Amino acid sequence: MATATQLVKKENYLNTDYSIKSWLLTTDHKRIGLLYLVTITLFFFLGGFFALLIRLELLTPTGDLVSSDIYNRLFTMHGIVMIFLFLIPSIPAVIGNFFIPMMIGARDMAFPKLNLLSWYLLLGGGALILYSLINGGSDSGWTFYAPFSTQYSNSQVIAAALGIFVAGFSSILTGLNFIVTIHRMRAPGMTWSRMPLFLWSSYATALVQVLGTPVLAITLALVFLERVFHVGFFDAHLGGDPLLFQHLFWFYSHPAVYIMILPSMGVISEVIPCFARKRVFGYAFVAMSSVAIAVFGFLVWAHHMFASGISVYAALIFSLLSYAVAVPSAVKVFNWTATMYKGSIHLRTPMLYAMGFIGLFTMGGMTGLFLSALGIDVHVTDTYFIVAHFHYIMVGGAVMGYMAALHFWWPKITGKMYSEFWGKVAAVTIFLGFNLTFFPLFIAGYLGMPRRYHVYAPEFQVLNVFSTAGASILGIGYLLPLIYLFWSLRYGKPAGNNPWNAAGLEWTTASPPPTHNFEETPVVTWEAYNYDQLPGMPEEEEAGVSGN
Amino acid sequence: MWQHILLWPTQASTISRQVDGLFVFLIAVTGGVTLLVFGTIAFFAFKYEHKKHPVAEPIEGSTPLEIVWSIIPLGIFMIFFLWGASIYMFEAKPPKDAMEVYVVAKQWMWKFQYQTGQSEINTLHIPVNRPVRLTMISQDVIHSFYAPDMRVKADVLPGRYTTTWFQPIKAGKFRLYCAVYCGTDHSAMIGEIDVMEPADYQVWLQGGVGQGSMAATGQRLFQELGCINCHRSDVQGRGPTLQGVFGRPVLLDDGRTVMANDDYVRESILVPGAKIVAGYKPIMPSFQGIVSEEQLLSLMAYVKSLSTPPPAEPAHKPPAAPPSAAGVAVP
Repeated sequence: MATATQLVKKENYLNTDYSIKSWLLTTDHKRIGLLYLVTITLFFFLGGFFALLIRLELLTPTGDLVSSDIYNRLFTMHGIVMIFLFLIPSIPAVIGNFFIPMMIGARDMAFPKLNLLSWYLLLGGGALILYSLINGGSDSGWTFYAPFSTQYSNSQVIAAALGIFVAGFSSILTGLNFIVTIHRMRAPGMTWSRMPLFLWSSYATALVQVLGTPVLAITLALVFLERVFHVGFFDAHLGGDPLLFQHLFWFYSHPAVYIMILPSMGVISEVIPCFARKRVFGYAFVAMSSVAIAVFGFLVWAHHMFASGISVYAALIFSLLSYAVAVPSAVKVFNWTATMYKGSIHLRTPMLYAMGFIGLFTMGGMTGLFLSALGIDVHVTDTYFIVAHFHYIMVGGAVMGYMAALHFWWPKITGKMYSEFWGKVAAVTIFLGFNLTFFPLFIAGYLGMPRRYHVYAPEFQVLNVFSTAGASILGIGYLLPLIYLFWSLRYGKPAGNNPWNAAGLEWTTASPPPTHNFEETPVVTWEAYNYDQLPGMPEEEEAGVSGN
Repeated sequence: MWQHILLWPTQASTISRQVDGLFVFLIAVTGGVTLLVFGTIAFFAFKYEHKKHPVAEPIEGSTPLEIVWSIIPLGIFMIFFLWGASIYMFEAKPPKDAMEVYVVAKQWMWKFQYQTGQSEINTLHIPVNRPVRLTMISQDVIHSFYAPDMRVKADVLPGRYTTTWFQPIKAGKFRLYCAVYCGTDHSAMIGEIDVMEPADYQVWLQGGVGQGSMAATGQRLFQELGCINCHRSDVQGRGPTLQGVFGRPVLLDDGRTVMANDDYVRESILVPGAKIVAGYKPIMPSFQGIVSEEQLLSLMAYVKSLSTPPPAEPAHKPPAAPPSAAGVAVP
């Protein structure tokens, strides 16, 4: 594409200033979104590198690639980096930061400086975690179970815990910013019932971030006090109770699953209507199910503890509530499916990712029903069944949603189209690679293969070979977008304001958007997803494969 | 590697059939619904592809449909819940006649102690068709006793007893794993459950007799540690008598009543001041750091034996009680 003809390009948030300082001190929510994008992409590939080493080690039953101590550090750092430095910030901090103000017709977040501070906090947390890594890493598991983490581990538990503590404040402040922004900054006419569903789920997510994360901070502070000053909170020999740790930890870490999955659900509720060219089926039910998931999500934490020695009656109540939280998730899946009914469906890249999300999330949800059944959970908890289940939710669900979001809004963020062909190839590769990686692990789990085993029994090897083969395909699937999205920055065709003819205020402004988002404050007089009033989606150009 | 492939875990206990039954039911129901959802999505994606169906029909939604697809799943979930709960309740109640084995877990081994005095590392010998109840404690971090062929798992905590039970239905050697990550050699904390025919088990029992039964060992400790000076078999001692105490409620100094169970006995030895029996003074010294987990279990077996009606044998024969009660060790 010629670049010389674009000398008179309009000013936008990217070309307004090219200095490093203008990025590091920016308060523009869009630039902060991009800072997060770069940061978490690096963390994603770091966490992925650990996953690669884990899968290579598990190719054979014996511990031949790394020592047990290294293996334990690998799965710990994989979990910590992926959860706290990638998944928790992923959609909220990148897509939410960029698009929440635009979707409600605002010029910026309610607290732009706080927004920048949130990014620096994530960097600070990340730096501490990297520090722990360089000094040997932590081997406490991302779950930090006491008293192992507080009294027995000889690794960098404190640095890793402090990193998570600091990164947690990034999450809290981001959530706070979203809540205030959605309450106070909506454009005239943008009522709650006209808000795109991504905003509803971002709002529900923000509630969980603000209410849940402080409990994690407290828990980690107690770990710190017990490990450094031997104050007995969790260690029985100091008069503490080891189960107290698990209650506190899961009180945050179960809702944290919803921090990871709710934003993806919001993305799917944007993508499916756009590529089916119709209103989302049952708007109010989809919106309310997000809130219901956020609320019920706080009441199910002890389902991680059914085999831990909690009382039978507590277990019964938590099992029952776990089934209750499954209902709004099921409602969402049915509504997305119904949205496709009598639509006019365009199977473009974001839609493929969204359909992949529904498939993998459904599998993750269904196996969650197994784990909520007390009698089954006792057998499969702490086995590879759990590992498979939560990867279906957190990678199959949350990461597919993130990929759908990235591909849906990429033209708006960068003003460029990526290669549709390679987009589809990557979506299919990721879907297949993912299933090959994690489906065999359900079987390994039911057969009794415990998780976090460096050395395992030979009868599990076939399944692990499948899994490692799948992980290789999955890895390639994740590298592809890195290549073609970078490629699109230079060679991609200009996207135009609205390449999908999508509904939503963010599509009414230029791509990339001007610094203040809108030339003038929009006034909303229509419902969300008014696809019946919009022109159809432009045809995908058959020759557009290579983009030149 | 193919010769090892396993497609279904062995059903080696009574509970394993129940667990598998529910598992198969769950696969059938959730698998069916998953295929229905996938099929519907694929069908819609094909049938309403924009070239075939260029104009979408606006549909707002349907409240009756929303109610239907909320209520029906909830109903199905309740079946899962009740079925799963019934198995869990069954697992929570060991039969009265279960044979008792004590388990001490530590980084990175399993120690088993039998009532009859044997003790073993990493291998649990039990007779087939007889329920076995495990009372477990950890010396350090949290471990988890996991016997996948029995479909049984229970975390082993430091400072607190947990129990589990199962009834093996076939003889053979079965897997035993630690399921909660416990440090460097977590994956080496494995053992074996050797389920034996009753006759073989009897032979094995003859072989490994050590220093008498656990209760006898406990009784010996009871004397060596001087417990007997205050906890006399009559009610004259400075401490409460332990005759018939285990398994019954105990009235405390502050008016509360607690059940004299494993954890109560353990706490009373390690932190005697925590719960004072009504009418007595908090004068007992702590035995924290003096008695090991294994010794605690032996002491417990002895205290238990004082409450079990049948063995009215010499187990608690009151020794020539030194009436002096002056705290001098029994010569």
